[in-house]
Amino acid sequence: MDPLFQFLLRLGDNTLVLGHRVSEWCGHSPVLEEDIALANTALDMIGQTQLWLGLAGEVEGKGRSADDLAFLRDAWDFRNVLLVELPNGDFGQTMMRQFLFDAWNVTMLGKLMKSSDQRVADIAEKASKEAAYHVERSGDTVVGLGDGTPESHARMQAALDYLWPYVGEMFASDEVDAAMVKAGIAPDPSSLRDEYDALVTRVLTEATLTKPDSKYAHKGGRTGYMHTEHLGHLLTSMQWLQRAYPGAKW
Amino acid sequence: MSNEWPLWEIFIRGQHGMSHRHVGSLHAPDAEMAIKNARDVYTRRNEGVSIWAVEAAHIAASSPEEKGPLYEPSNTKVYRHPTFFDIPEEVGHM
Repeated sequence: MDPLFQFLLRLGDNTLVLGHRVSEWCGHSPVLEEDIALANTALDMIGQTQLWLGLAGEVEGKGRSADDLAFLRDAWDFRNVLLVELPNGDFGQTMMRQFLFDAWNVTMLGKLMKSSDQRVADIAEKASKEAAYHVERSGDTVVGLGDGTPESHARMQAALDYLWPYVGEMFASDEVDAAMVKAGIAPDPSSLRDEYDALVTRVLTEATLTKPDSKYAHKGGRTGYMHTEHLGHLLTSMQWLQRAYPGAKW
Repeated sequence: MSNEWPLWEIFIRGQHGMSHRHVGSLHAPDAEMAIKNARDVYTRRNEGVSIWAVEAAHIAASSPEEKGPLYEPSNTKVYRHPTFFDIPEEVGHM
């Protein structure tokens, strides 16, 4: 498979799957203001997806649109990291997952703005503004809940302990990344780790949360080797309409 | 202590040079989150370039019962309106 196509699928599938997850809160958030904010975030993620998967389809050159890639592939074809497909859990867990992803996304987009591929640089430029807002918002919420009541603190620590083993996959590299580095299209994900850790540590410290010591990382999402059992369930709901009514149009 | 977040009144300036207008209210735990929530609730359609958030409890308001004493005296004072001046054409729109 063309490494650029694969690389773009990874970016697009991350935002697609996380966008869908976050949209599951619509109408269920603890307060109205958070409900609207989460829906905005979900829409931003889907917006980024349209750009990444749109470009992926163009690069693939088989006439597949962003919609085709989103709705007509099954779990084994998805290239998102496992972190984004994990269930929402409680509101705190959702916000912790969001922060852990936002911090990576904003760091990665910052580098992609200097991509040798102008199309990639343009998308990164557009997405980086909303990504900067996302990480500020999710970071503030992590601090507010982490450094909040004993209950909110305990829930945020539990969320961090649960999600932390899924962080490492965002920094794994393979031959796709090597090809991207060689072409000057994208940095090696592992090179983002220090910047990411600095940002995450600053927020977690302010949130009075303890970063788990473990270096263990669940993997298999971005290579498509093995997703969690959660992705298939997510897709049955996200792709329901196209599965029940193939080819249905808006 | 109430578990409810305080109420904030939100003011948004649409364009440079215009004054902030009251657009509505929302709940938030603190001023920073009030501005973030206002961004998400009230500027989704590109409505503004500047947000003010004021905790509703800090707004002093006139009482509707005092409507008479406060406003009626000015009803009969037409000379306070600048309607008795002829504005020269060259001034244009004021």
